[in-house]
This record gives sequence, structure tokens and C-alpha cells, in this order.
Amino acid sequence: MTTPAPGQAPAAPTGQIDAVERRGDRVFSRIAVGAGTAILVALAAVAVFLIAQSLPALWAPEGSFRGTDGTFWDYVAPLAFGTVWAAALALLMAVPLAVGIALFISHYAPRRLAQPLGYIIDLLAAVPSVVYGLWGITVLAPATVPLYEWLAENAGWFPLFAGPASGTGRTVLTVAIVLAVMVLPIITALCREVFVQTPTLHQEAAYALGATWWEMVRMTVFPYARSGIISASMLGLGRALGETMAVAMVLSPSAIISFAVIQSENPSTIAANIALNFPESAGIQVNALIATGLVLFVITLVVNSVARWIVSRHERSLESR
Amino acid sequence: MSKRIEVRDLNVYYGSFKAVEDVTLTIEPRSVTAFIGPSGCGKSTFLRTLNRMHEVIPGARVEGEVLVDGNNLYGKGVDPVLVRRQVGMVFQRPNPFPTMSIADNVLAGVKLNNRRIAKSDAEALVETSLRGANLWNEVKDRLDRPGSSLSGGQQQRLCIARAIAVEPEVILMDEPCSALDPISTLAIEDLIEELKTEYTIVIVTHNMQQASRVSDKTAFFNIAGTGKPGKLIEYDETATIFSNPSVKATEDYVSGKFG
Repeated sequence: MTTPAPGQAPAAPTGQIDAVERRGDRVFSRIAVGAGTAILVALAAVAVFLIAQSLPALWAPEGSFRGTDGTFWDYVAPLAFGTVWAAALALLMAVPLAVGIALFISHYAPRRLAQPLGYIIDLLAAVPSVVYGLWGITVLAPATVPLYEWLAENAGWFPLFAGPASGTGRTVLTVAIVLAVMVLPIITALCREVFVQTPTLHQEAAYALGATWWEMVRMTVFPYARSGIISASMLGLGRALGETMAVAMVLSPSAIISFAVIQSENPSTIAANIALNFPESAGIQVNALIATGLVLFVITLVVNSVARWIVSRHERSLESR
Repeated sequence: MSKRIEVRDLNVYYGSFKAVEDVTLTIEPRSVTAFIGPSGCGKSTFLRTLNRMHEVIPGARVEGEVLVDGNNLYGKGVDPVLVRRQVGMVFQRPNPFPTMSIADNVLAGVKLNNRRIAKSDAEALVETSLRGANLWNEVKDRLDRPGSSLSGGQQQRLCIARAIAVEPEVILMDEPCSALDPISTLAIEDLIEELKTEYTIVIVTHNMQQASRVSDKTAFFNIAGTGKPGKLIEYDETATIFSNPSVKATEDYVSGKFG
């Protein structure tokens, strides 16, 4: 409304124009504001809880933590490392595969194959993580033992595959494979969404210049989808960082920091460590576990902020063009 | 650098739908040929069969022959990728690659298939191509800026520069001015006039003044009704089509009495 409705008071002397307020608009705007506030309140509540409960552990004397006689930081360091390491390995395997699958579905497969494949991928996301854990411990871990032995023998010079190989297969690499399977659906689904939105105009431009299928993908689909791929990977990473059950079941943990992925001594992850130790903890040990939760919270926050920053920088550089 | 195109008994299908029926025509080298006709009459579809771009659409297929200097584009073992390198295309809406600079856009086709090009050659090619597209003077100081920073008309000329950089024999233009203002349209039309000294040009247009201004020969396409295939109704010198056509439908269409 640019003019006051008949019978209404004339516009305020400040020059502001009173828009007519409709009840529906008011109700929905309140609901929206309420929803937005609720999420902030929930986040703040979690943060306050974590910080308040963590403080005692942060100042606790040396030797009050399980598996180390150092301070809290000595306690959390291998866990934080294990968390990031397992998630990074998982992402390293999952992202190329997910991009490949998404590309197959969006640009290569005939429609009657692409759609069922999309459903199957989505179905993977619906499998509970405890089932992945069972699969990892009963199927994947034993199956990988010969592979790990082979790797230790033939690729042992490479620090990641340094021997001796684990006899049970319950290593960080097995965990990473399970995690990769778990994060695959979300990354694939998001990548597919972005890939199919690549403007036909650009794809045709590439073809008309004599591009092959792969060249077309590289010239148009990937540049267009870059920020989408990053966002998708970060969502996957978030899930991998926080995954508890599958890791707790598969991994045989030790409090070490090691890049070797096929040995029997592996760093545990924060989430799995909390799940395993919480039932038997009391007093300062509970505070310590919550403090590790705070560290996980911070790691996730940092990872997401960095991803946001990368994506927004990319979008800005596209807009300024 | 330009070649004669002979089309013989060409039918185009989208799945089971016949989009274009029984087209036979010959396009002379170093000439501009315009395709006119109402929307949906198959002229764009037909244009795309001249460099096999219709194959990008699932289910599209062709019967008949398209000979470029005697070589059938639809012969056995002919690679559509190589066909498109010979027969370039400019689209309805300007479509420079948004993440590439102006110079990279020009070189996009040249760098395909892992072909390497020396830096000095690349710079020279960018300049000749942009000069060829009448764009050099406007962009020579900002070659590293993104292609999408240009105006619509400049972007379309950038797309033409990109097409001629790969030195095709033929350039197909699918309503190249329909998204442009009159000034930019004029710039493109002037450019077409210059390009025809070196290339065979085929242009689809809805603008009959444009067809009469730029083309040497004109082909009129029409459909009998929705769901029916498009047909070539008349193909002749542009002057004849617009002043003294031999088919009544052509006369109705070019004089605006259509429908």
C-alpha cells in the first residue's frame, strides 16, 4: 500500500507509510520468528550445558583421566585426532564415489535406470547406524584382514599402510569404509540435485564446440556445481564426525595418535568414546566426557564455518562476474 | 574454409514423433541461408541436425543424409564430436561459460581434446577471433574478466568469437538476435555480412526483416497443424521469397497474413 486506505489516519509526519497489516501475515511472521528463535535457543542451551559441565574437567589435576596421566588436553588429543582422521578418510573415499554416482544418475544413465538407482541411494540413508556397525564388525572387518595383510607386506613402506596388520580387521580404515558408505547417500543426493540444474545452454555450448561427454562435464557441470559439491561434502563430513554407534562397534580403540590405518592400535573418536565409557564413569570422568563433547562441538562448528566461507566466497566471485 | 551442404530426404524424429519430414536442399558455400517459419515448424530442429546437436536430446534420431562437401555426417563411424568441430553453432541466448574469462571462453573449443597451444599462439588466436567477431576493441583491456561481465550483445559476439576460433567450415545460428536489443542485433547482422566471406552461414530467425537483410537464400518451413511434422515449403533466393514466392503459404507468411 502506498496510500493510506480511506478512513485511516494520514501518514505519520516522519514520512513513514503505514502498511495495512493482515492477520494471516502477522500470524505467519510470528511463527517464522518463533521458529528461528527456537533453533538459536536450542543451540545456546546445548552450548551452555557443554561449557558449564566441561569446566571442572578442564581444570582437573593431572592423572584424573582414563588412559592417561596427563591433563585433559592429553586425554582429548588422540580422540580429537581419531575423530577428524576417520572422518577425513571416509570423506576421501566417499566424495569421488558420490560425485561419480551423482553424475551417472544425472547425466549418463537412461532414465529408467537412473530413478531406481536414486531411490536405492536414498534407501542407504535410511539404514540405522547400528546396522552399519553390525555389518562392519561381522562382514567387513573379517573380509578386510587378507587385504590388510597384503597391504602391510607390499605397501608397508608407505607410512599409512605400515604393518603389522591387524588380525581382526577392526581398524580405523575399516571404520572409515563404514563411514564412507554411511555418508555416501547424502553427498550423492545433494550432488545429483545440483548437477541436474546445470543450465542446458552451457552444456550445449560445450557440445557445439566439439566437446566430448567428459569434457562437457568438466567445462560446465563441475564449475557450476562446485559450491554444491563442497556443501554436500561438508554435510557428509558433519555426519561422519558425529557418528557414534558404527565406530564404537567396529573400532578397537587405544589412546594413541597414529596415521597408520591398518594396525591393531587405533585412535578412537570422541563420539564413540563417550558412548563406550559413559556407563562406567562417575564424577570428574563424566565432566571429562562432556568436555570431549564440547571439543567435538567446536570441531564441527569450525568445519562448517570454513565450508560456509568457501561456498560464499565462490558465490560472490560468481556474482561479481 | 567453407563448404557446401547437401541435405537429402531428411526426416527427424523425437521418439516416435516425426518432427521434420522429407527435407531436401543444398546450401551454397560462402553464403547466408535463412530458415524462417512459424514456431514449432521444425526449423531449429532441422538446423541442429546439420551438426548432430539434436543427438543431445534423448530419443532424437535422423533418417536421410547430410553431406558436407560430399561426406555424410550420418555415415558409419562418423564421430559427432568431430562433426561439431567442423560445424559450429551459436545459440538463441548468449551462453559464454560463466566461470571462464573472456580469453578462456574464446579458447574453450581450441583447448578441447587435450590440445595444447603455446601462449603466444593463444594470444594471437584470441585477438584474431575477437577481431573477427567485432569485439576486440571493446574487450581488449579486460580479457581476464569473466565473459558474463559483458552486455548481452557483447556476450553473443563472444560466443561467435568462440565458435570461429576453432575454424569451422560452417556456422549455424539459432535465432542469434532474439534476446538482443536492436543496436546489438545490428552489430550481429553486420558481423554476419563479414563472416560470410569466409564461412557458410545458416541462420534461423523469426524476424523476417532480418532474413531479408542478411540472407542470400531463404527456406520457408511450415506445419499443417499441431502434431504434424514440419516440412520445407519453399526454398529460393531471398529476393524471390520476399517479393514473388511461388507458394501461397509463403506469401501469406512473409506478408504477415499468416493464420
